[in-house]
This record gives sequence, C-alpha cells and structure tokens, in this order.
Amino acid sequence: MAKDGFEVSLDGQGKPMWLVLELTYRCPLKCVWCNNPLDFDQYGKKELSTEEWKRVLREGRELGALQLGFSGGEPMLRDDIEELVAEAERLGYYTNLITSGVGLTPERLKALKQVGLKQIQLSLQSANRDLTDELVGARAHDLKVEVARMIKAEGFPMVLNVPIFRQNIDQVDKILALAEDIGVDYLELANIQYYNWALLNRDELLPTREQIELAEAAVNAARQRSGQKMTIYFVIPDYYETRPKACMNGWGTIHLTIAPDGAALPCQEVRVIEGLEFPTVREHSLDWLWNDSPLFKKFRSDEWMKEPCRTCDEKEKDFGGCRCQAFLLTGDATNTDPACAKSPHHHVIEMAISKTRQKHHEPRPLVRRQIGAVTTMFMAQK
Amino acid sequence: MSEHFHFQPEDRPRLDSKYLLRWEKSQDAYVLLYPEGVIKLNTTAAEILKRCTGESTTANIATELKALFVYNADIENSIYKFLEITHGKGWIRS
Repeated sequence: MAKDGFEVSLDGQGKPMWLVLELTYRCPLKCVWCNNPLDFDQYGKKELSTEEWKRVLREGRELGALQLGFSGGEPMLRDDIEELVAEAERLGYYTNLITSGVGLTPERLKALKQVGLKQIQLSLQSANRDLTDELVGARAHDLKVEVARMIKAEGFPMVLNVPIFRQNIDQVDKILALAEDIGVDYLELANIQYYNWALLNRDELLPTREQIELAEAAVNAARQRSGQKMTIYFVIPDYYETRPKACMNGWGTIHLTIAPDGAALPCQEVRVIEGLEFPTVREHSLDWLWNDSPLFKKFRSDEWMKEPCRTCDEKEKDFGGCRCQAFLLTGDATNTDPACAKSPHHHVIEMAISKTRQKHHEPRPLVRRQIGAVTTMFMAQK
Repeated sequence: MSEHFHFQPEDRPRLDSKYLLRWEKSQDAYVLLYPEGVIKLNTTAAEILKRCTGESTTANIATELKALFVYNADIENSIYKFLEITHGKGWIRS
C-alpha cells in the first residue's frame, strides 16, 4: 500500500489550497528582518472590515482553500479575530494563528479554543531575554515564553518559529533546549529570507557558511534526542544553496495571500515588484482575482521564462525560483532567481556571502521596523 | 525514526490529536490536516485511518478492511505496514 501512494501529494489542482490573511500590518514589535512592506504604516486606514474578511473566507472556501493562516503584522491587534476564527471553522478551514504572542492573554486563548482554532504558530527570537528584546525592539522575551507555556496548557498544537540570522544562530542548542522544555510540537528554525526590512539589514544578518553548518549539526543531534516528541525543521538560506527555492510552489498555484487592504497576492512580498497592479477584494471576486487577474496569470505558466530557465531541465522543480528576489537583485522579475548558480547574476549572491567572510567587518546599525525609520516617499506608488 | 513500532492484533491505534481527518468535497477525497500541512488520502488509507479511533483493535480494523477490499488478498500485511509507516510519521499513536 505504501507503494500505491497512501500519501497522495496535493498539487492543488489549480485551487488556492493555502489562504493567508494578513489582517493588519500593525505590530508592537520592530523586528529588523520583518517581511512586511517598508511602507507598512500606509495600510492602517485601508484595513478590511470584519464583514469584508468574512466574505473573503466564504469565497476562499468556495475556491477550495483548506489551510488558513491568520497573520499580520500582529493579528491579535484585531479585536475581531475570535469572530473570524469562528466563521472560518464554520466554513471548514483548518485554522492556524501566526502570532508574536503579544496580546495573547489567557482569556483570549480560551476564547480561541472555544471557537475551534486548530493550532498556533508563535515566534521566538532567541533563548536569551536581552538578545530577544534587543532584536525585536521591545521587552517581549519573558512574555513570549509565558505565552508559549499558556498555549501548551490550553492544549493547542504549537509551532515555535525561530527566525535565524547571524545574531542568534550560535545559540541554536539553547533554543532547542528551551523548545523541548516548553513541549512544542514543531520547531521551525528558519533562516530568514531577504526581502523588505531583512534586505535592508542583510549585510548584518546573513550568517556565515560555517555558522550554518554548526547549527545544522546541533539540529541533527537534537533530532536523535527528541525522537517523535518534537519535529524540527531547519531551513537554510537560499543564498547558500546552488539552486533557488521552489518559491510558493510556483506562482499562483496553491498560495493566496490577502493583504490588509484586500489586495490578492501570489505571495506576501510581491508588492516589491514594480509595474504590477494589485487589485483588491473590494472591487473583485476572489474567483476572478485567483483565476483571471493579470497579476496571477503573470508568472503562472513558464511562458515568461528567459534563459537559462527556459531550457533548464530543473524548471519543473523550482519554477525559476522567486520572482521578487529576481526583481530585487537583478532589476527584472523575469530573470532567473540569482540564488541559482546557473543565473548570470549569481555573483550578486556570491558578493553578499563574501561580505560575511570579511575579516575587518565594520558593524553597521540595524534599521528597525518602525514608522519614520526610513522614508518611503520616493518609492514608486503602488 | 530509527526503531519501528510493530502493531500487534490487540493494539488500538488512534489518530494523533494534532491531525484532523475529514472528507473534502473540493478534492473528492479524505484529507489529513495538521499544522501547516495537508495530505490527500487514497481510499484504502482513509478507510484505515477512519478506524484509528483508539476503540478498534488492529485485528478488527483488518477484518473490516478485508470485507471492504475483497479483491486485495494481501491487504492484512499492507495494513500492518501502513500503520507502522504512519506511526513513524507521527500520524497515529499506539
């Protein structure tokens, strides 16, 4: 039976299996690797209402969406999250809450359990109070650990997501021990991806190859130790792979993100690509946005591909990588993702890596995600 | 998962609480949902997992599956193999 495929992989069959609602870009934290847009503060007044989100939920389910993520910003800043989870559960989604933990009180946790929330993904940045607090720009470490224990006490399955970069990669051992102590079910040690705030700070955040190898060894040891109790994922940065990631499993194939203003996006970073239009659920049905909008059709097949992707025998595997990264690092979204060693632009990745090896590295300040940290006035209007 | 768990006829396997098994109309199939994941099941897998409630013994499950899939002579072996593999994946508990 194992041979005849009890685990049929889901290609979505053209359906948006994964729906992510970025309910708000508001967040009390100031993480230097945040993947929200640099002009995140422009979205506050445009946030969808409770009723508008409910319509998105209904239409998403009709399109065949199964997995649902409530994300942000910090989704707990919305006071209608319990109502939205209840509606999503009624419609038959598997509901995931993706949170920093700030605003997750025992009362709200109980309420979320009551309306049927299935699992919580909590972020934590280190095993050490001072380091976490410095990295997120707020006193958050103790609160996060407390929230983690509350989540387990309430009986939720929990994913602990730890973004990994140069500043915390050497304490992977301590993070593993803390996660085991809390009793998390899934630990994601995810090297960050370099977009938006993380890209601004990349030269300070990107770890060295040696650091990654040491961390990976610690993870392998922990896997032996914890057996089935905790599933550990270790995601290495695509900068150190010689092939690009199969970003979003292909453009517009299974992932659908709705931004706070209702824009339907093939991925949450896509607004970095200039020259695209981003229609919203306020003007269009989700069906049209997913199936027919020019945005979703743009890179859906492989007709847009240039060389070396077009004739590459691996194009079905990685779809040419990430369109956003291609645009950000080469200026053209139809180029091969430069993370690929076959890309004629791969040197931009090699240069970033070579900076991690510089002996006389002059530390630069990190830009925190906060209003006024950068001016976005001269960016292209989107 | 180095050591495999071997189910005995009297064991009562149950789906791990992190997993949710249900019929999904849009896929015309049973699906297994869990934190950040979906697995589409074929008919045999779904029929086994539906019975992993902690109530039925492995022997009972095998008897019922034999009645459902009479054309498959070797189904009993397949069931034990399936339980072993899915136990290794953490889908079911013993």
